[in-house]
Amino acid sequence: MADNKNTAIAQVDLTQVKPYGDALNDGKVEMAFTLPVPYGEEAEECAKQYVKKLGFQEPNVTYYHELTPGFTFFVVYGSAQQTIDYTAINVPKVEGTVMDRVECGEWIGEHIGRDIVVVGASIESDAHTVGIDAIIQMKGFHGHFGLERFKHVVPYNMGSQVPCEELIAKAKEVNADAILVSQTVTQKDIHIIQLTKMEELLEAEGLRDKIILTCGGPRISHELAQELGYDAGFGPGKYAEHVMSFIMQEVEKRGWQNKPNIADR
Amino acid sequence: MKSKLNLDFKVVDSARQHAANIAHDMQDFIDRHTTVSTERTILRLLGVDGVDEVDNPLPNVVVDQIKEAGALPTGAAYWMGNAIVQTGKTPQEIAEEVGAGKLEITKLPTCPQEEAAKALEPFIQATFDRIDAQKAKRAEYLQRIGEGPEPYLYVIVATGNIYEDVIQAQAAARQGADIIAVIRTTAQSLLDYVPYGPTTEGFGGTYATQENFRIMRKALDEVGEEVGRYIRLCNYSSGMCMPEIAAMGALERLDVMLNDAIYGILFRDINMQRTLVDQFMSRVIIGYCGIIFNSGEDNYLTTDDAIESAHTVTASQFINEQFAVLANIPENQMGLGHAFEMDPSTEDGFLLELSQAIMAREIFPNARLKYMPPTKFMTGNIFRGHLQDALFNLVAIWSGQSLQLLGMLTEAIHTPHMQDRYLSIENAKYIFNNCKHIGDEVEFKEGGIVQSRAHEVLDKANALLAEVEKDGLFKTIEQGKFGGVKRPFDGGHGLEGVCVKGENYFNPFIARFMDHE
Ligand code: B12
Repeated sequence: MADNKNTAIAQVDLTQVKPYGDALNDGKVEMAFTLPVPYGEEAEECAKQYVKKLGFQEPNVTYYHELTPGFTFFVVYGSAQQTIDYTAINVPKVEGTVMDRVECGEWIGEHIGRDIVVVGASIESDAHTVGIDAIIQMKGFHGHFGLERFKHVVPYNMGSQVPCEELIAKAKEVNADAILVSQTVTQKDIHIIQLTKMEELLEAEGLRDKIILTCGGPRISHELAQELGYDAGFGPGKYAEHVMSFIMQEVEKRGWQNKPNIADR
Repeated sequence: MKSKLNLDFKVVDSARQHAANIAHDMQDFIDRHTTVSTERTILRLLGVDGVDEVDNPLPNVVVDQIKEAGALPTGAAYWMGNAIVQTGKTPQEIAEEVGAGKLEITKLPTCPQEEAAKALEPFIQATFDRIDAQKAKRAEYLQRIGEGPEPYLYVIVATGNIYEDVIQAQAAARQGADIIAVIRTTAQSLLDYVPYGPTTEGFGGTYATQENFRIMRKALDEVGEEVGRYIRLCNYSSGMCMPEIAAMGALERLDVMLNDAIYGILFRDINMQRTLVDQFMSRVIIGYCGIIFNSGEDNYLTTDDAIESAHTVTASQFINEQFAVLANIPENQMGLGHAFEMDPSTEDGFLLELSQAIMAREIFPNARLKYMPPTKFMTGNIFRGHLQDALFNLVAIWSGQSLQLLGMLTEAIHTPHMQDRYLSIENAKYIFNNCKHIGDEVEFKEGGIVQSRAHEVLDKANALLAEVEKDGLFKTIEQGKFGGVKRPFDGGHGLEGVCVKGENYFNPFIARFMDHE
């Protein structure tokens, strides 16, 4: 029995991980997709070959169905061969400590000594407000109160379909420390186009390093935000305390404690 | 029929009466006003179409010219009728001359109103001939090839490219869909004109244009013949061009149109005066043309809580019903909306959803209720999502909904892929068939969760309607009682397009469109 022990509970090698079905390294993956080919045995074979080409062994088409003439839907299983070195992974994360709502208020009082002003909106063509409301409105989201409930934070929520120009004008008017942009619609990368426009306009106005620029939305990651020239990005599962923790520590880092006015920064 | 929920129909009657009073009160305001979009609709119905050199739609060019001359209170119908009298040309030719900068329509000599009205008659007749032919064609299809059973399976296409949409729509029809809605591109609702021609570039949807309507209509008629079922076409009569799109829908035989008296105010920040005036013109058209309208109460539950605010949905259904009555819309064209939007972690949430859905059916027994799927609480977990959609389908067949907008397992991620529609149609068909008579078989415990919930929601809806009646609809919206969204009377988009009617104003279409069974 002792002999079996090593093989029975093989140890995972984190430098070479692959999917787990019911045994380590079996590589089992289930896939569902459509090919623009007529239904039939050739379609089944086509899906098999396609999955093989993706690098899976033993592809097994468990179900296929005609969606409409010329289109076939497949459910396919395969064993993945590729491995990833988990130990070498590096995910950019928003810097700083995350504090809760009450701690944020106290921290701002102690370290900044003045109110932090932020302006938020869902910009350009996007009519979704629930994301930005979740961050700003008093009631918040999923039991996380919004910025309106924070001490020493003065938030302005401009709603949705706000042109970039208007958002920037408001930020200037109220001497915002940070701008909060929300983007929900992502079809054909419209969020990228609009977020880029925002960043470029801010740059063109000479304000890029005088205002902290953040964004968020269901398909936004910190990494994407940074690629687009933002200071930080926040996706699903991120709430008011996450973005405020970042902003307040950034305000301190930049030494804006005594610079409530944009002109002085 | 005996109420399964043991509803107190005296409360229902009271709520309906409040709603009727609210709608009447609004109608006084509506009757005193017109809008640029209503006037553009009149021109479209007189046959004006096309664009000028810089792609401005001719109905806009003409109405803008009238407005700039300060002559809008008289109405576009008068100015067009007068121009026909003075020039002997057709409305289209006149509009083209205005577009080319060759004619100032308000600077012509003027004739008496009766003469202008008379000059319009042949063009009005031509439009009604066309609309009547479309109605006859729909009736012929329904009679000859028939239709699927209710709840109709209703899916959306939203590729951004009308030709790609056609492929997706025909595929869905072959899979069993009864209604295809072409979702409109992001931000079209705030455009104060209707784009022209076929379009291939939209975000999260495809432009609503008359040509796109025509392309999709043809595709659905073809596939309908093939599958032996009439396939209904749906689009949005909403936003800044609400009535113009209703007119386009009438001309191109749309069967279902999203049209809500309040949605644009709350969710697109369109001015409330503008929307309420516009919805009247669009609804009289919809009523005449046999189009089923869909109201948008379901949306309230995306910004407000489905358990706490369920009564706002019921209250709004009453209001939408009464606005429809004023526009002479038959009951079987009233697609009053509601949705399955409770947090799935709620204990007995299914019972509460069931209660709400059966209540809607009992209160509006002859309406074509439109039931909307879970959206807000759909997540990237598509497997759980498919189950949420299954519960939604179960409620629908149990409560006898009419139009079932199918939930997509990928709702939280992207607009539907071809395979998503197939999976959701399969889901619905399985449940609808397997549970076909569940509603006839099951009764509810007296005073149990389902019954008590319905009584509570109905009472709250009645109380809210009493309040709205007292304060007026405008003020209620200002206070944020629907969808938790506050909108000011003078705020939002499109207020500049609202105008008080002058003494000589006339709209030759309202009475004609209202004149039907
Ligand atoms: C509610 C909703 C609506 C409502 C919006 C009401 C409102 N006032 O917001 C209504 C009905 C109006 C609507 C309209 C449309 N919608 Co919509 N909608 C949704 C829905 C169901 C939920 C979105 C939501 O509220 N989520 C809850 C919030 C809290 O989550 P969140 O935005 O991710 O926010 C969190 C984080 O991302 C983050 N966050 C977000 N923003 C920010 C900003 C900052 C600074 C920070 C720090 C954090 C942060 O914090 C939040 C809390 O954790 C989704 C589907 C779904 N289940 O996701 C579709 C969805 C987003 N909609 C979609 C579409 C296409 C539309 C329309 C374009 C459809 C049309 N053609 O008409 C229109 C929009 C028109 C326009 N001009 O934009 C698509 C988008 C597809 C895509 N990937 O591009 C989706 C995915 C549905 C679908 N499958 O088709 N919609």
